[in-house]
Amino acid sequence: MKKIIALEIISGWDRNTIASKIAKDLPHGSYVNLGIGMPELVSQYIEGGREIVYHSENGLLGMGPPPQENEIDLDLINAGKKPVTILPGGSFCHHADSFSMIRGGHIDYCVLGAMEVSIKGDLANWSTGTGIPAVGGAMDLVAGSKHVFVMTQHLTKEGEPKLVKQCSLPLTGASVVSRIYSDYATLDITDKGFKVLELNENITLDYLQMVTDGNVYQ
Amino acid sequence: MKINKIMNEMSDLLSDVFDGATIMIGGFGEAGSPIELLHGLIDNGAKNLTIIANNAGNGRVGLGALIGQNQVKKVICSFARSAKGITFPELYAKGKIELEVVPQGTLAERIRAAGAGIPGFYTATGVGTPLAEGKEEKLFNGKKYILENALHADFAFVKADVADRYGNLTYNKTARNFNPIMCMAAKQSIVQVRNIIDPKDTDPEQVVTPGIFVNRIIKIENPIIESKAIAEGAVYP
Repeated sequence: MKKIIALEIISGWDRNTIASKIAKDLPHGSYVNLGIGMPELVSQYIEGGREIVYHSENGLLGMGPPPQENEIDLDLINAGKKPVTILPGGSFCHHADSFSMIRGGHIDYCVLGAMEVSIKGDLANWSTGTGIPAVGGAMDLVAGSKHVFVMTQHLTKEGEPKLVKQCSLPLTGASVVSRIYSDYATLDITDKGFKVLELNENITLDYLQMVTDGNVYQ
Repeated sequence: MKINKIMNEMSDLLSDVFDGATIMIGGFGEAGSPIELLHGLIDNGAKNLTIIANNAGNGRVGLGALIGQNQVKKVICSFARSAKGITFPELYAKGKIELEVVPQGTLAERIRAAGAGIPGFYTATGVGTPLAEGKEEKLFNGKKYILENALHADFAFVKADVADRYGNLTYNKTARNFNPIMCMAAKQSIVQVRNIIDPKDTDPEQVVTPGIFVNRIIKIENPIIESKAIAEGAVYP
C-alpha cells in the first residue's frame, strides 16, 4: 500500500459537528444502531420532530439516554456495558432475537468507527492484528444493516490516510460501507471512487485527494 | 409427586460437572452473569473446561476467578478484551488458554441453532474476513455466505430473575441477553434466580424461558454485584 503522510494536518469538523451531519441524514422512523464511542454522539442531534428508535445489540430496542446517578440499574446497560434507560415503546429481547434484528436486515442504519475503509467499501475496525482479538457485534452489524455509515477522523494520529485503496488490517466486512463521515468530508462509496457529498470549508479537493489513498471526486 | 427443580445446596446442584465439560455461561458483561454458580464451580474444582460466553471475565470474581484458577482450557466468545479483565489476558499472553473468536450474532445463532436442533446454517456475517477461513462458502441468489455449526454444551450456567418449580423463567431487563438461548442449547441448564414464586402466580403470557429448557434452580436472593465487588478488590476463593 502506498503510504501517504500529510505534512500539515489541517483541523476539520469536530466530532459533534460530524455527529450532527449524520443525525440530519437519519430519516424519521428509522431503526438505528450506534456503535460504541464517537457514534453515540449522533443521538444528541436528532432535530425536526423526527423519531428514531435506537437498538442496542445486547437485547434492547428503544434505548434512551444515560440515567441520572440515582436511577442507574446495572441490569439495564448498552452494548458498551454502560447504564442506559429504556423509552416508552421500548422492549427487551434475548441475544438471538436481537441479532436477528441485525442479521435479518431489519436495522436501517448502523454507524460505526473505522481504522480503515477501502474504496470498495471494505471496513477494518476490529483488529490491529496484535493483542487479544475481540470482534463483538461489528461483523454482524456490517453484514446485516441496510446502510452502514462510518464516522471517523480522515487521518490516523500519525497523519496516514484511513481511506485507502485496499485495507491492510483484518476486515470486519467486504463491500459493506455505504457512506463515510470524516472531519474533512462526507463521502459516498461509488464505482468511481470516493464521491464527495460535502467538503469542510478549510479543505480543498486537492488537499483531500492528497490525504486520501484512492480516487476522490465531486 | 410434584415436579420440583429447585435445589438448596450448591454442591448438589453442581455435583455432576466433570473435567473436560463444555459449559455455557450467560450474561453480557456483568448483567445476567451467574457469579454464585461460577463460584460454586470453583469449589467443585472441575478442570479442562471449555467455556462459551460473550466475554472472558473481569477482575477475580465470577468467570474471571474461574479462569484465574486454571480450570479453563478454552474460551469461545465474541469479546475477550475488557478494561477490567485480568486473568484471561495473563493466561492468553502466556499461551496457557485457547481462544475461539466468534462474531456476537453468530455466537447467539450457533447457540440458538443447537437448542432448536439445527446442525448448521449459512450466514453473511464474517464473509471476506479472517474469521471465514476454513469455512464452507455457498452462494444464495448471487450472494456469498459461510457455513457455521451449532454450538452445544454439557451445561448452561444461567442467571434469571424469577422462577417457579417447573423452571419457568423471567429475567430483568438487559440481563436476559444469552441466558434464554443457553438454557435451550445445553444438556443440563442450571439457573440461579433472585426469587422463586408459586406456579399459580406465574403469568404464562410473561414466561420468557418455558420450564422444559430448565433442569435445576437455586435461589440466590442477593447476588454479588460484579462491578462493586471488583471495585472493592474482591477475590474468589
